[in-house]
Amino acid sequence: MLNFLPSDFSVLIEPESCIKCRRCVRECSFEALVFRDRVVPDHSRCVACHRCVAVCPSGAITVVRNRLAFRQNANWDEEIIKNVYKQARVGGKLLTGTGNDKPYPIYWDHLLIDAAQVTNPSIDPLREPMELRTYLGRKPSRLDFYHDAGGGFKLTTVLEPQIKLETPIIFAGMSYGAVSLNVHRALAAAARRAGTLMNSGEGGLHESLYSFGENVIVQVASGRFGINRAYLERAAAVEIKIGQGAKPGIGGHLPGEKVTGEISKTRMIPEGTDALSPAPHHDIYSIEDLRQLIYAIKEAVRYQKPVGVKISAVHNVAAISSGVVRAGADFVTIDGFRGGTGATPTIIRDHVGIPIEMALAAVDDRLRQEGIRHQASLIASGSIRSSADVLKAVALGADAVAIGTAALIALGCQMCQKCYTGRCAWGITTQRVDLTDRVDPEEGAERLYNLLRAWSLEIKEILGALGLNSIESLRGSRERLRAVGLTGTEMEILGVKPAGR
Amino acid sequence: MKAGGLREGDFRIPSGCAVAGIMNEDGKRFNGEKIVQAISIMRERSNGLGGGFSAYGIYPEFKDYYAFHVMFDHEEGRHGTETFLQESTVVVKSEAIPIRKQLSMTDAPLLWRYFLEVPKSRLNGLTEEDYVMRLVMHVNDSIEGAFVFSSGKNMGVFKGVGYPEDIGRFFRLEEYEGYLWTAHGRFPTNTPGWWGGAHPFSLLGWSVVHNGEISSYGINKRYLEMFGYRCTLMTDTEVIVYLLDLLMRKHNLPLDVACLVLAPPFWRDIDRMEENRREAVTALRMIYGSALLNGPFSVIIAHENEMIGLTDRIMLRPLVIARKEATLYMASEEAAIREVCPYPDRVWTPKGGVPVMARLNEAAAVR
Repeated sequence: MLNFLPSDFSVLIEPESCIKCRRCVRECSFEALVFRDRVVPDHSRCVACHRCVAVCPSGAITVVRNRLAFRQNANWDEEIIKNVYKQARVGGKLLTGTGNDKPYPIYWDHLLIDAAQVTNPSIDPLREPMELRTYLGRKPSRLDFYHDAGGGFKLTTVLEPQIKLETPIIFAGMSYGAVSLNVHRALAAAARRAGTLMNSGEGGLHESLYSFGENVIVQVASGRFGINRAYLERAAAVEIKIGQGAKPGIGGHLPGEKVTGEISKTRMIPEGTDALSPAPHHDIYSIEDLRQLIYAIKEAVRYQKPVGVKISAVHNVAAISSGVVRAGADFVTIDGFRGGTGATPTIIRDHVGIPIEMALAAVDDRLRQEGIRHQASLIASGSIRSSADVLKAVALGADAVAIGTAALIALGCQMCQKCYTGRCAWGITTQRVDLTDRVDPEEGAERLYNLLRAWSLEIKEILGALGLNSIESLRGSRERLRAVGLTGTEMEILGVKPAGR
Repeated sequence: MKAGGLREGDFRIPSGCAVAGIMNEDGKRFNGEKIVQAISIMRERSNGLGGGFSAYGIYPEFKDYYAFHVMFDHEEGRHGTETFLQESTVVVKSEAIPIRKQLSMTDAPLLWRYFLEVPKSRLNGLTEEDYVMRLVMHVNDSIEGAFVFSSGKNMGVFKGVGYPEDIGRFFRLEEYEGYLWTAHGRFPTNTPGWWGGAHPFSLLGWSVVHNGEISSYGINKRYLEMFGYRCTLMTDTEVIVYLLDLLMRKHNLPLDVACLVLAPPFWRDIDRMEENRREAVTALRMIYGSALLNGPFSVIIAHENEMIGLTDRIMLRPLVIARKEATLYMASEEAAIREVCPYPDRVWTPKGGVPVMARLNEAAAVR
């Protein structure tokens, strides 16, 4: 039988411009280019990662969509047809990387932010202080003080541990294994410089990064990789990872070839063995089991650090979050269905979970109705693309947001979605030393810091326009958002009015 | 509570305003003429769509009873309210609030006052104040055409739609004597046309006159809802009153600490504080961040023993303070103070976010 799968892209090389330096051939980790008296592309291998385009000294390369036309069909579109071909050929699950790319509604883009006019003045962030400082952790509902005769007072309430952030943006969990050590180094250094946090992900923390512990949330996931006493003790906070937006209910699988010497040491598993994260934690089959693990960790860190739980946004997320908070979580990370991943079955990524906007609004509402909103901080993730998304998330009720995909884009990621192949030409989601060298940790840290700085400046600008000078005055203030193009029910869930009201 | 037409509570109405307050710290009582005079000089700052006063120490012979000032749209509202009050309290005295008809006053509601005693047997574990607060919320939420606009002891609020000096004459304020008076002239951007929407806002012994717009209204309101407060009027001032009630009465924070919640210092200043204070103020901002009043405001808060002037932390609305012997004056403009006290001992502008307090002297406080 003829085995025909049209390529996704075409690599066009202008023969007059090409100087035959072969740099593109060396740089293409997907082996889509070979040199035979001239550069010859294998279109079928091209993933549109743009590495060749970026390195070509004479600008001779362009990557375009394969122009081969399928008959137009809104139902059986090109991707669906190709997926059937692929599965008919090999009989396996299709894998992918990054987050959901399907055209589901993006609620951020249906929300507009208010501004001050006349009756309240806007505030100029260049002239007045603008405060973004945020504390994550369990808060009491009230405070008690001791007052001395001289009018002084002293706090008598003993606070649970809190983490201070200088901006309400942290880096999302991405494991060493899924990303390279250089990426972890860049994230850690940027988090320290910006006064915020990175998240180790579920693959442990490389020993060389323990010194950054104050700026690291360490994860405890179902595979329990890399967890030891120092790992927990050095961290700023511990996060139990139950789910991930890109693959709710699904475990993880780091193939043995990625488990190199350093990763094997960090994860505390033999070199070359597959690192399997089971779908559930096999000691957590219920909410009371989760409570036991939360308190086991709190005991281990002597109640000195917040212990949180990350869940993916699923249909019943409000009730689940309420249970998680009652189980003792000091913060809850909610990861929307557009959240990224290093590898997941495409069918799960594209069809399971709900949008973070809806999940966040529902969770914030539920925790308020139950009177327990103060007991845990909420971290929203799952496609925060800009400072506007950050602000909208905060207005819907998030204490902070976590960014993963945006951070990787800052490091050069072109969103080719091939993270799961281990061939990342930009050196981000790979362990091949020739590729990981492409990320310079110091330059990477600078770029990540720049991104946080730029977004923070924009947030201050918008806060000023809103007539606010402190982020907590926007937090949960849905009154400052208006909806365009949403149904009444959607607005009711988001707790926002339509524009014009 | 509501009947006919768009009202306060149906939509948000930003307002500009004039505020004034006078307190004699020795508890010496004086009639309402001074405060009317002071507020009327700032006529430019209001537009005839709202004015009002609060007065403390005006009912010495009934000082142990809750004085409810209630406005009714119609007689049915009054009957419903009176039946409810008779069921839930002992009504010691009820009477129409004396008024002087002014030509400029149209649409005045029926205005009544009730002196109430709460029988211990009705409390069912609630504090007396919580019980009274529930009565107020019940009338305002559930009894059609009735609105309690004042509910403290030995104090009362007088307010309506009109210029403040007209409201003062309407309520015959020169016939009352109090040691603490505050006043408000309103410049709403819309026409609420409802007397209940004017300032001061009051709950139990608290009253607030306020100039400004709370840009953090959305979260302040949602925060209060977690503690059972219902912000039905959609006004910023209502939020301030409830926040004070929560912080001081329910959470037991003293006034200066409550002010640190409403208008906290900036982090950069907190970071430089001495350790105990830094720890305390940091915790206040962490725990009570949703109670921070952000946006422009100057506010005069009154309570039986004190009067507090407070502005937002970058002072986007004016407030001037003056002292002459035992009397403290506060106003949006110095002219208002000079009008009634031409030669004060001292006049000053307070620092943004730093409260200025007048307190009843101890001897006077034991009344």
